[in-house]
Amino acid sequence: MAVRIGVVTFPGSNCELDVVEAVTSLGAEAELVWHADTSVGEVDGIVVPGGFAHGDYLRPGAIARFSPIMDAVRAFATAGGPVVGICNGFQVLTEAGLLPGALQKNAGLKFLCTTVALRVETVDSALTEEASVGDILRIPINHFEGSYTCDPETLAALRADDRVVVRYVDNPNGSMDDIAGVCNEGRNVVGLMPHPERASHPLLGSTDGLVLLRSLLVRAGAAVA
Amino acid sequence: MLFSVLVETRLRPGIADPQGATIERSLPHLGFDGIRGVRVGKAIRFELEAPDEASAREHADEVTQRFLINPVIEAADVTVSVVEAV
Repeated sequence: MAVRIGVVTFPGSNCELDVVEAVTSLGAEAELVWHADTSVGEVDGIVVPGGFAHGDYLRPGAIARFSPIMDAVRAFATAGGPVVGICNGFQVLTEAGLLPGALQKNAGLKFLCTTVALRVETVDSALTEEASVGDILRIPINHFEGSYTCDPETLAALRADDRVVVRYVDNPNGSMDDIAGVCNEGRNVVGLMPHPERASHPLLGSTDGLVLLRSLLVRAGAAVA
Repeated sequence: MLFSVLVETRLRPGIADPQGATIERSLPHLGFDGIRGVRVGKAIRFELEAPDEASAREHADEVTQRFLINPVIEAADVTVSVVEAV
């Protein structure tokens, strides 16, 4: 049976269909899950996609974290289900407290829309099991508030527990310790600013995001079995 | 009673403030010298019904901590004043 991925959609999300297309191209089934719903349904994995949920008003993710669907996402994550937040989805997961830290305005105050090189730092996460440590992936970023920030104790814990999932090779936004993505203590919730779904077909200029999405599907499949 | 609430949010000390830094860098070009330590925050105002000032403050503090700021990077001063003492 194909793995089913739920893609959470808020008012203002804009990458949900890209994620559906990318995971479908890898053989999974995908369904959009509306933010006002209270259940994620029968899914094996969840993606919180990019965009500007609720207009990013107040702070990115600040309002989205109170959307009814987030209780179901939290329950799914607490039960060990794989949850990946991409870009705005990463911001939502930090605001919701499912991932540590916060995303701040980019150093230099530029909206960044470019392709960057990422280094895979651990394969012990729901997003990197199929990759290898040291892999360099070319993946687009598209954000204004992507500068990863946390307190020194949290940073020390992330490093000690090998929970920095991907780092920028050439830090574009002032993120602490070049962090592009982190995971929770259970390693089943991962957030990253770059967009793997935008590096999922040769016509997009890179297919380096596929190994990440494939990792999610493998983890979601394992959750089924 | 009706209260007026002012929540002034600011980035915690040590958190980078690219907006503040950009403003500070531009000041000398405009002829404003001797200014430093520019930090940008937000001011959020609202009115609040509560039986007394203590409960108004408690309510305003809770809204601020749970929603109006992200305590990872921000802090806030909350000022509560009486609009109408019914």
